Amino acid sequence: MSAPAKLPRWAELGLLPAINLAAALLLSGVIVRILGESPWSALKLLAAGALGSQESIGYTLYYATNFIFTGLAVAVAYHAGLFNIGAEGQAYIGGLGTALVCLWLGSAPFWVVLPLAVLAGAAAGAAWAFIPAWLQARRGSHIVITTIMFNFIASALMTYLLVNVLIKPGQQSPETREFAPGAFMPPIHELLARLGITFTATPFNFAFVLALAAAALVWLFIWRTRWGYALRVAGENAAAAVYAGISPPRITVGAMLLSGALAGCLGLNELMGAQHRLLLDFPGGAGFVGIAVALMGRNHPVGIILAAVLFGALYQGGSQLSFDMPKVNRDMVVVIQGLVILLCGAMEHLFRAPLTALFRRKDGA
Amino acid sequence: METYTLIVLLLAATIRVATPLLLAAMAGMFSERSGIIDLGLEGKMLGAAFAAAAVSAVTGSAWLGLGAGIVTAVALALLIGFACITHRGNQVVAGMAVTIMVSGLAPTLGLAWFNLGGQTPQLDGPGQRFTELAWPWVEPARAVPFPGLLYAELLGGHNLIVYLAAALLPFSAWVLYRTRFGLRLRAVGENPQAVDTAGISVNALRYQAVAISGVLCGVAGTYLSTAASSGFVRDMTAGKGYLALAALIFGKWRPWPTLGACLLFAFTDALATRLQGVALPVVGVIPVQFILALPYVLTVLLLAGFVGKAIAPRAIGVPYAKEK
Repeated sequence: MSAPAKLPRWAELGLLPAINLAAALLLSGVIVRILGESPWSALKLLAAGALGSQESIGYTLYYATNFIFTGLAVAVAYHAGLFNIGAEGQAYIGGLGTALVCLWLGSAPFWVVLPLAVLAGAAAGAAWAFIPAWLQARRGSHIVITTIMFNFIASALMTYLLVNVLIKPGQQSPETREFAPGAFMPPIHELLARLGITFTATPFNFAFVLALAAAALVWLFIWRTRWGYALRVAGENAAAAVYAGISPPRITVGAMLLSGALAGCLGLNELMGAQHRLLLDFPGGAGFVGIAVALMGRNHPVGIILAAVLFGALYQGGSQLSFDMPKVNRDMVVVIQGLVILLCGAMEHLFRAPLTALFRRKDGA
Repeated sequence: METYTLIVLLLAATIRVATPLLLAAMAGMFSERSGIIDLGLEGKMLGAAFAAAAVSAVTGSAWLGLGAGIVTAVALALLIGFACITHRGNQVVAGMAVTIMVSGLAPTLGLAWFNLGGQTPQLDGPGQRFTELAWPWVEPARAVPFPGLLYAELLGGHNLIVYLAAALLPFSAWVLYRTRFGLRLRAVGENPQAVDTAGISVNALRYQAVAISGVLCGVAGTYLSTAASSGFVRDMTAGKGYLALAALIFGKWRPWPTLGACLLFAFTDALATRLQGVALPVVGVIPVQFILALPYVLTVLLLAGFVGKAIAPRAIGVPYAKEK
């Protein structure tokens, strides 16, 4: 009686998130109705704005790339039993690493710049995650609080660097100069053009492929390697891990380094692919969307990719929505994001209990 | 003499900046001492700020705004409580979720109702804001440096909520340490099992703690939009909720050290504005961003154990489930 019945795997990974999403959309629909607009029209506009044209699909997938990276980051930490709220700061500092490589390697060819930029971004993001990780592992400092603090410290540090050190001379806005063309991430529409397929020009770029590769590597690591197994054990039951010869503090640091590295790759999409320079606050909240994406995707790479595309669609559709429905704007997407986090994360048991009962009745009856 | 005036003005600014921090930190204290991590401080303050400014703009009364702010923050707090206490959900996630939700909902409602890009209308009518209270003989006192200036700027000249916050601090300390309710609340945060065995409802106590947190956040948020500014602007809390949490941790979850932490953090904020571009004797010009980051760095140092030990309430973060 005290052991909770388990949901079948497809229900756990597919049905439950879908129900949570539906509930989030329903509640958002109520809010839209309160604002005096029709929720159904809003949903149609949202869907059309996100997937209605080549341009919107391109933008949706471009946004989704960011969320895949941060979602993977949050998920890896979660499997180790840690809450990485610092993905935003880690992405920010990771972008610094990527940008520095792009700026310093001036006229080097792309195939030289790319691996170094990936390494630099990942290393910088990991480095930013290191101190909170070490403090949790060695001093027991709550990683949630330290990572939140480090988000703010990152913001202050980057503002200082962009305003005083890295700014392009003679310019007012705090940005670096533009990268050399060798550091531009190839846009997907150009790659498709080489194959003879025409696609509208959007910021959607090769980093998406890198993100998918990262997802595959994360899957391999967590479910097919010994270290991934150790990570999951430490996350589920630290005491049992010690008995198995696994060192939880080491796992903590390792998991957070990997998490920070994944978040740090955000610059590949945003800076090398779209902005082609380093600028203030370029993650733009992607670190927090990553939390929603990881929760919704049940911390599994496939779920994360799907949830990331969903949130990319919400972002793209949301900005289109504000054109046609002046009363509803992109902030509504943030509301949906919050509701998803609430329902998928904090109140995940809300729908699980009746669903489990439903399945048990089906099996038992 | 100029330095003296400067210091007095700096301290007065510190008090004004510390007020919302203190209120939010007290709110966090009640919630966290009962065992519920309070990451929703930011969201509750923001929601209250919006509600207070909106109601004040529409009704013309700051007091009604205060009421609306408190009601909103309490509603948000109870939502978090519902997720964490009744549904035993993850408290960190619940707090973050509500904060994110409010950061989107407030500008959305603001845009729909007032059509000003997410803001509320300026509160410029009489009675729409909590303005500086005029103490007697302030003008003649200002001319006398000591103690006249102290009286005029430091003691007097603040708005009602500042004095309210100053009164709420000892009151909160008294409630927490000198009443039966406070004792039970602290017990629930350290050993809910024992409280349950004594026949007292753990969940009811936690709900009450969370509701109190809502009330205090409501006052804090109202202060931001109707006293410190004249209206709601998106993201106007700007991380103050997290700063208040940092102050609470820095103050080791106790009222008076938390007050010290709030004043310290507020002082660095006031100092940052004053020291912008000013060359100091040995170090030269300190970048303003470094000063602004100081509270966060200090908190990390505290959590690392370099500034003494910060021990959280023992049962914090763990949803309570009756053993069968």
